[in-house]
Amino acid sequence: MSQRFHEIAITVNGEEVRERVDARKTLVDFLREDLALTGSHVGCEHGVCGACSVRVNGAVVRGCLMLAVQCDGARVDTIEGVADTDEIADLQQAFVARNALQCGYCTPGMLLTAQELLGRSGVPSREQIRAHLSGNYCRCTGYQAIVDAVEAVAKTRAEANR
Amino acid sequence: MKITDDSPPIVSALDRPNSYIGRSVPRPNLARLTRGRAQFVSDLTLPRMAHVAFVRSPHAHARIIAIATAAAAKAPGVVAVVTGAELAKVITPWIGVLTHLKGIKSAPQHAMAIERACWQGEAVCAVVARSRAEAEDACELVEVSYEELPAVTDPETALEPGIPVIHPELGDNLTFERVHVGGDPDKGFRDADAVIETTFHFGRHTGVTNEPRATLADWNEGDGRLTVYQGTQAPHMMQNLFAKHLGLEEHQVRVVTKDVGGSFGIKVHTYADEMATVALSKLLKRPIKFVADRIESFVTDIHARDHRVKAKIGVKNDGTITAWEIDDLTGIGPYSVYPRTSGIEANQIVNLTGGPYTCPNYRARARVVFQNKNVMCQYRAVGHPIATAVTEGLVELAAAKIGMDPLEIRRRNLIPDDAHPSSGPSGIKFEALSHHESLAHLDAMMNYAGLRAEQKRLRAEGTYRGIGFASFIEVTNPSAAFYGIGGAKISAQDGVTMRLDAQGALICHTGVTEQGQGAEAVIAQVAASSFGVPIERVRVITGDTDNTPYGGGTWASRAAGIGGEAAWQAGKALRANVLACAASILQAKPEHLDIRNGAVVDRDSGNERLALHELARIAYFRPDTLPPGFQAELVATRHYVPRAWPFAFTNGVQASYVEVDTDSGFVRLLKHWCVEDCGTVINPQLVDEQIRGGVVQGIGAALFEHCIYDARGQLLNGNMADYLVPMAAEMPDIEVGHVVTPTADSELGAKGAGEAGTAGAPGAVMNAINDALRPLGAKPLTGMPFTPGRILQALGRISESTPA
Amino acid sequence: MKPPPFAYAKARSVAHAIELLAADDARLLAGGQSLIATLNMRLSQPALLVDINGVGGLDHITLRNAHIEIGALVRYAQAERSAEIAQAAPLVALALPHIGHPAIRNRGTVGGSLAFADPAAELPACMVALGAEIEIVGPQGQRAVKADDFFKGLFETALAGRDVLTGIRIPVASGATRVGFAEFARRHGDYAMVGLAACAQADGKRLNDVRLAYFGVGATPVRARKAEPALADGDVEAAVSALVEDLEPPDDVQTSGAVKAHLAGVLLRRVARQLGRAAS
Repeated sequence: MSQRFHEIAITVNGEEVRERVDARKTLVDFLREDLALTGSHVGCEHGVCGACSVRVNGAVVRGCLMLAVQCDGARVDTIEGVADTDEIADLQQAFVARNALQCGYCTPGMLLTAQELLGRSGVPSREQIRAHLSGNYCRCTGYQAIVDAVEAVAKTRAEANR
Repeated sequence: MKITDDSPPIVSALDRPNSYIGRSVPRPNLARLTRGRAQFVSDLTLPRMAHVAFVRSPHAHARIIAIATAAAAKAPGVVAVVTGAELAKVITPWIGVLTHLKGIKSAPQHAMAIERACWQGEAVCAVVARSRAEAEDACELVEVSYEELPAVTDPETALEPGIPVIHPELGDNLTFERVHVGGDPDKGFRDADAVIETTFHFGRHTGVTNEPRATLADWNEGDGRLTVYQGTQAPHMMQNLFAKHLGLEEHQVRVVTKDVGGSFGIKVHTYADEMATVALSKLLKRPIKFVADRIESFVTDIHARDHRVKAKIGVKNDGTITAWEIDDLTGIGPYSVYPRTSGIEANQIVNLTGGPYTCPNYRARARVVFQNKNVMCQYRAVGHPIATAVTEGLVELAAAKIGMDPLEIRRRNLIPDDAHPSSGPSGIKFEALSHHESLAHLDAMMNYAGLRAEQKRLRAEGTYRGIGFASFIEVTNPSAAFYGIGGAKISAQDGVTMRLDAQGALICHTGVTEQGQGAEAVIAQVAASSFGVPIERVRVITGDTDNTPYGGGTWASRAAGIGGEAAWQAGKALRANVLACAASILQAKPEHLDIRNGAVVDRDSGNERLALHELARIAYFRPDTLPPGFQAELVATRHYVPRAWPFAFTNGVQASYVEVDTDSGFVRLLKHWCVEDCGTVINPQLVDEQIRGGVVQGIGAALFEHCIYDARGQLLNGNMADYLVPMAAEMPDIEVGHVVTPTADSELGAKGAGEAGTAGAPGAVMNAINDALRPLGAKPLTGMPFTPGRILQALGRISESTPA
Repeated sequence: MKPPPFAYAKARSVAHAIELLAADDARLLAGGQSLIATLNMRLSQPALLVDINGVGGLDHITLRNAHIEIGALVRYAQAERSAEIAQAAPLVALALPHIGHPAIRNRGTVGGSLAFADPAAELPACMVALGAEIEIVGPQGQRAVKADDFFKGLFETALAGRDVLTGIRIPVASGATRVGFAEFARRHGDYAMVGLAACAQADGKRLNDVRLAYFGVGATPVRARKAEPALADGDVEAAVSALVEDLEPPDDVQTSGAVKAHLAGVLLRRVARQLGRAAS
């Protein structure tokens, strides 16, 4: 029971995966190294930069602050899986059109975090967008292009839902 | 030709049908990055790959007495434990000096410390294991006995007798000193009605690239070839250095740079731990991967901007600036960084202070001293943020002293737009700048008069807003004057090889590299325009010394100006080759043909004569149908290096609008503006976004970022909770405007734009804060970062004797 | 920055967790937003992590006996969405958006915040301001500890090595309850430089039972016990002056004690205005 290595079963991007993991392995390292899902990135390993953001059971979390072993039985979605479902196609297109990414390192985390905000009702203000993204570090863009892209998508989706 | 609106410029020399010059085309490689399909070095794996972690010195300065590795070597997963002495058999040390910085001196630096650790964080032992986690476990089992030595940690006393000399063989702790006198500063100060003297402090800070430094080195003993996957800005430079220090020929070394998670200059330098990684691969004959974690990044990524500048300005009551004087002191690390040297930042400060202005009377001294802290070197906008903040800070202090509006004092002193070519006070040469036009554009864009009225109204209600400006010049498109003449194997030229593939698409290989700024997109736009195909038919290959022309990479804002020009010329050359082939197929004259939109057309009517894919089919698969004696050459290479001007100086002006909460000392950034003149704009959106990103980095310097060292040389805040980088909630929206003054040194006329935002933002924010607080009688703030504590001190709300 | 090796066990119940905690160097894993960061940085090296995320019955939010009971495993995000907390514990609702960032709030737990007891954290001070009770189950059984007595020192609480914090009980806010919350942080979501959580009961123009709990000013939340009566009397400036005796904030890497002390006064004026307004 109290051991270092554990067998876990996780549904990752809709596929059930069974692996043996060292308890100390973080979720993001497990995804990157054991499953070759390198779309989630490691930026700080102390929960500040947000580059490791992934979805666990539908909620965006820091992949560096969860252990893979904790995710036994969980549903994990990474940027690769979310991209393949076209769930954020409009957001990705808006990012590209607005150049809301430069080096792309923060982008998977930004997209998943923004998508969680857009999942709430109402059109967020620019201030609310900035506050929601305040835990996602970007060194390249200075954030304005990202806010512009998220705002544009929020408005378009609200229009479509009317 | 100058244009003051923001629509894309039409420059007749470049007039090509369906041109992409001046269009905000989305970058072609972005979709991949939004789908998690990037290839950063940290993502790469190779067979038999092992990971290295380093044992790092906890002391700022210590003799290494002994390293006990036996326990670590037996730890699970460990492949090897290697000391600096063992590694020195495989890799030679280096010294970071160049001949054009007269008198610069430094000591040899090894890939891993051998006798002595000279900064907290310097690697002293390498543990290679099958996983990073196991390597870190084993690092804890390495026992290093140190004899602590006194550390040099205060630049102000580093040259005093009694202070330890870090490298006794060098005689003292002075790395480099430069003195410059221009005009007659003594007379200038005598002629002044007011002389303002102050001291500026700039907090040491660092790049914090989102992707930490990463290197995957693969020495293949069978091939006798070394392949290094590295997130470097300058693959050819690294190729040369790996070969040189490992005793290889350059053609045995391949450097591959795929996606880079941000660089900003951090990844253009030579790092001991990366050199060690490469040496370990050679030693162990297998791929070795090193990814710096965030904690080690803070103590090993180059730091920058640690300067104290005593400064003086003389001004007449009519606003004429009569003299400048600066005395700059900067404390670097224990080694001048290789190969660009750690003297460049100070050298730039001497070069650039006073640059936008007509006053020629200038005295400058800059001294660079060694310390037992992390190494320091070029980081985005090298020296410009400091020179600009000093210059612009002095200008606004002078304006305040004589009661003149800060824009007015600039109008009276900026070099007139029609006075070019001209020189700055340090002798730097300007081809053509547009300070006045830019200033007028900024004035209108921000509605300056309106903001002043708003400021006045709110002041009456006890709300303190401030407006601050910064005029600046920026070094771009460097010629060999920057590094080459000093003996560095850093190429100032660059090349593009363009070929038509078998389906008529355009493949471009270029020596400039991509770190997110859009270098690939710019090359594609220029290539598509120059040659004549839709941009969807262009593929750009960068970042591979095996597959690109020899070049310098991307730094000092050179990719668009220099790489772009090479692409422009290559496009013309390939077009000529292709039209020669088309002429032979069509029995027409090449001068009657053109290539537009992917087809060979009749030049005058525009009628399509031959699709490119058809031409390619014939040339590659049916050359038997071509006229005898005709050989199709569907590839062309052109290089370019600026020759007429050592640097293509650009200019711009920024404004910051802030509100200071005088109860708490917190600064709210309301808005920021930048008018930039970078010559021909190839992609306006990319330029704007470079400016925005650069401005925010400059805001980081002004308000947040500071590597805090204690007197023992320990970095106290080396993590992302305690080192404050700008995050989304505190940043303003930034409006960007353009003026266009092309350079005549190239056909494209494009200068660089990557660093302008960072150059001007700290000075603009500083001036805005001081403008806000001036009516309260606050002492002008001149020490960055402007923390709430420092602002409260300036306001007299807390006593100055306590640290803020 | 990879954690050192450790064993891991999933607790099935509170009793099971207490049993597992008997092992040497065992630590509880709840939200993990602080713990796993310290493990990544090798600042702590436990031999065993006892994961209580799967223990049922600890994520309830219940109104009972004029109290609101919040289970230890209630995530910050869950608390943010709770109409009961907004209504019955408005001070907590005011504090929650300041805690970290959305991803942190999706995992971090109310119980974890109190057990970890970071001096710059918001919820410990809120519990002190609210006069909350912290419920603990240990090898010897159940007990409740008042918030004023729970926080003992730097990262030190009334929890012993095998205790499990199971929930908190807060008196439900009445029509007379007034709350105030403000903090200064360099960036949105950062740990506070200094912050203030306050609760009082309005009685006409007076305030009774004023509880001012500062955070970021010492090893634990600090009640400003001399400022409280001054504020009850309606004398804000006297309350601010009294802070000099109540607070002796230490310097930290970012901010000096003098700056914290000054900001504490600024916060008091702002929170006093909030306390003057009726709870919505």
